[in-house]
Amino acid sequence: MEFSINHPIIFILAGIIVAFVLFQSVFFLLRALRRARALGMEKKKLRKIMTTAAVFTVAPAVAIVISVMVLSKNLGIPLPWLRLSVIGSLSYEMVAAGNAASAMGFRLGDAITLTASQYVTITFVMTVSILIGIWLAPIVGKRLQNGMIRMEKHDKKWSSIFSDSLFIGMISAFVGFVFCDVSGVFSGDFSGLIPVLVMAVSAIATLLCGLILKKTGWHWVSDYALPISLILGMASAIPFTNWLG
Amino acid sequence: MKNLSYIDSVHRDGKIFNFTAAVLMMLFPIALCFLFSAMPDWNALLLGLLATAPMYWAVGIIEVFTYFPMLGAGGAYLSFVTGNISNLKLPCALNAMEQAGVKANSEEGEVVSTIAIAVSSIVTTLIILLGVVLIVPLSPVLEAPVLQPAFAQILPALFGALGVVFISRAWKIAVAPVSLMLILFIAIPALNAGTVGIMVPVGVVFTIVVSRILYKKNLI
Repeated sequence: MEFSINHPIIFILAGIIVAFVLFQSVFFLLRALRRARALGMEKKKLRKIMTTAAVFTVAPAVAIVISVMVLSKNLGIPLPWLRLSVIGSLSYEMVAAGNAASAMGFRLGDAITLTASQYVTITFVMTVSILIGIWLAPIVGKRLQNGMIRMEKHDKKWSSIFSDSLFIGMISAFVGFVFCDVSGVFSGDFSGLIPVLVMAVSAIATLLCGLILKKTGWHWVSDYALPISLILGMASAIPFTNWLG
Repeated sequence: MKNLSYIDSVHRDGKIFNFTAAVLMMLFPIALCFLFSAMPDWNALLLGLLATAPMYWAVGIIEVFTYFPMLGAGGAYLSFVTGNISNLKLPCALNAMEQAGVKANSEEGEVVSTIAIAVSSIVTTLIILLGVVLIVPLSPVLEAPVLQPAFAQILPALFGALGVVFISRAWKIAVAPVSLMLILFIAIPALNAGTVGIMVPVGVVFTIVVSRILYKKNLI
């Protein structure tokens, strides 16, 4: 079979794996919905959770589509489609594919037509390097969760604080990251302020949504506060970048 | 057959699905070798893996231990297959649990987190599929220079909205880790988008230690 980075057979193979992952999501969704009903959660509440999750996902998912487009210039369409539908991210795929390419003596952006051997080498590096979480989670997951359950039984208040601490620890790392280029201001580079301003817009939008809910009683504003703030924050990046970038 | 509880069946099926997905992923490059009668460049494969795998395996191991307790079992099994955890799945689950008024360590939290992550995974997969089908007409629109700054700033926009909710709700816990992370990220140039994943467990462990001290002193 003559190789091409967009060969139909590669689309079919990628499609089979993407379909499997889609099936897993549907399977877990249906079972969780059944369990939610058994726990006495209202249909209306569940519908709201699903709608909010779907709306919130649109903007980040479009960003992932852009990543597929970026990678497809060098690797064709099916491999980025697979890699970004299953586990991957743009930064990881670029590093993994770039390392494999440089080990073969070229750069990923070079205008060369990949041979089948080069393509499978890149695919192996991208796949093997990312697979750790997918098999480690089933090995240690139950023990991790049992530890959380034991903690809950032993000390309910501490368990709740522990849970909050996990989230706040993660959020604090990303809040710090937003400020990582701020020190450039001292050398006259103000572009490091763009993410800080974007974060501020998004935070203010969330606060305003809370305020609107209080004043008007419009619960839909609160339900969609996260996607609304996300879109407003992202949109504000355009003028901020024109101004400071 | 033994009657499994909901959570036990999630663990059982999570194992089956995740191991199967891992095998399918590995079969993909192997199938390409057979179909195109091409062997990998073994030397380059080894060098490429040495340059890539150690760092991503280390990050992957840390991510499992950090994110699993936050995502709940069902959400975690799905997230470690579909990826984009910190920038999509976890914020989505956090928001859903906040909206539903349930705690992450309750069964309701487990179920709500799974529903949100499953819906997010399905929507993401379908949008990517749509993007692949319409890649030719969509490329000039989505890759337009005017839109690039918006997509480059997803994380600040996301964590501005999430941060204000969670930090204001538990500000006593948040003061120390947020201050530490601000100092570290501003003062150390090596800390950037590429290393933020490594700093998440640092932030988490530091926050747990601070919370424990505050809790023992009855300050929270």
